[in-house]
Amino acid sequence: MFRNQYDTDVTTWSPTGRLFQVEYAMEAVKQGSAAIGLRSRSHVVLACVNKAQSELSSHQKKIFKVDDHIGVAIAGLTADGRVLSRYMRSEAINHSFTYESPLPVGRLVVHLADKAQVCTQRSWKRPYGVGLLVGGLDESGAHLYYNCPSGNYFEYQAFAIGSRSQAAKTYLERRFESFGDSSREDLIKDAILAVRETLQGETLKSSLCTVSVLGVGEPFHFLDQETIQKVIDTFEKVAEDEEGEAGEGDAEAAAAPAEQGGGGAGDQDVAPMEM
Amino acid sequence: MTFTIPIDNGDSVKTAEADSQRTLYPYVTGTSIVAIKYKDGVLMASDMGGSYGSTLRYKNIERMKAIGKHSLLGASGEISDFQEILRYLDELVLNDNMWDDGNSLGPKEVHNYLTRVMYNRRNKFNPLWNTLVLGGVKNGESYLGMVSMIGVSFEDNHVATGFGNHLARPILRDEWHADLSFEDGVKLLEKCMRVLLYRDRSAINKLQIAKITEEGVTVSQPYSLKTFWEFKAFNNPTAGAEGSW
Repeated sequence: MFRNQYDTDVTTWSPTGRLFQVEYAMEAVKQGSAAIGLRSRSHVVLACVNKAQSELSSHQKKIFKVDDHIGVAIAGLTADGRVLSRYMRSEAINHSFTYESPLPVGRLVVHLADKAQVCTQRSWKRPYGVGLLVGGLDESGAHLYYNCPSGNYFEYQAFAIGSRSQAAKTYLERRFESFGDSSREDLIKDAILAVRETLQGETLKSSLCTVSVLGVGEPFHFLDQETIQKVIDTFEKVAEDEEGEAGEGDAEAAAAPAEQGGGGAGDQDVAPMEM
Repeated sequence: MTFTIPIDNGDSVKTAEADSQRTLYPYVTGTSIVAIKYKDGVLMASDMGGSYGSTLRYKNIERMKAIGKHSLLGASGEISDFQEILRYLDELVLNDNMWDDGNSLGPKEVHNYLTRVMYNRRNKFNPLWNTLVLGGVKNGESYLGMVSMIGVSFEDNHVATGFGNHLARPILRDEWHADLSFEDGVKLLEKCMRVLLYRDRSAINKLQIAKITEEGVTVSQPYSLKTFWEFKAFNNPTAGAEGSW
């Protein structure tokens, strides 16, 4: 989309009924590094790609625990994502305190969406530049929602957001029908495979991705590197490749013999304010 | 109370008018509530009296009400405060229903909400002068709890308020057991209510028993208990000391 005279502030409609500032905010989500979510009837898995600003820095946190039964993965302006995660945590804990009962995730996402909508209707505000994949439990089981800067939210069986998420989405579209009855382990495997799709040729290693799980009887927690690597090993061809990866600097054992296009940071056009 | 409390809400000290708005003592009160868990859920009993001090003024007060789909609330203490609480809960249940999302407030949630309300009012020195009994069933699990006017809150298999604590609880401690049938539960409650009728001066002989199960709430029609006053000692009570009353 090109610059035009209706895109200066969020409270200006275009003649075709669009709010360009909101759409630009959604572009920011597309620039962020990928985040993926999938759910079965009883579990939700959130996974994301760990991208560091430079070789010298560590990667940004993109998955947050909101409560024992709710987690969120973000893509876009991480600063906005952090602020919204704090809001979600606050809502969850206030509900827990008053009712001694977990806040149903379906109600949390509505609060979140209404908060985002406010920013699309005030001339002195700007929309949040972050997309959120909210996974959680309520009385009717496990749910996965996507909240976008426009204030809309959608429920999904599986979804991916951020850069090169289309590759992951294509993979998920092929397989989503089986997710409902998937076991927890299969769900995790599918999540990691979807992450691999977004890497487009880059070697998949456990250091490149963060995976979190929550489910009925299982509070939200991150999977450790070892567990992730084990899952990767089950589908990558294991070749003893001791060579230190360019841009990563760590020597994780199992590395598939794949072309490493341009080292770790494949997308040099990443906006500075995101990951 | 004539001392003023500095309360940090903009004004540093409450004015005389605001002071007169705070609850100091109850006016129209209900007496005990007794409740027990039984096989299918919870049974609760209360009489229908509203006392105005020592006068048994109102004889048709329903002191137990259904809350939402899963809960039953009984109250003793100030009747107007009970009605205020029902208005709060009405709003709560309404908002819960408006979500229309398959989630609903269970008895535990209502109990905790009430605990927060009661405790907060107590902290402002403006209590709702009630002791509340909250019973319910959700997803097959029975729940029975109590909140007092100072925010003391707990759950148990059998609870009672006011005089019921002194007269009914000992009976329940001896005779309650898990998985009581409906008939046995009612008999047990009636036994407690009869003792209260004899010994609590604010009790009247017109009671209701409410039942809550997975299916919902039913409150019985009012009825009265059979009492026996022909104990020999009552027949000529001053026989041993003429002139006394």
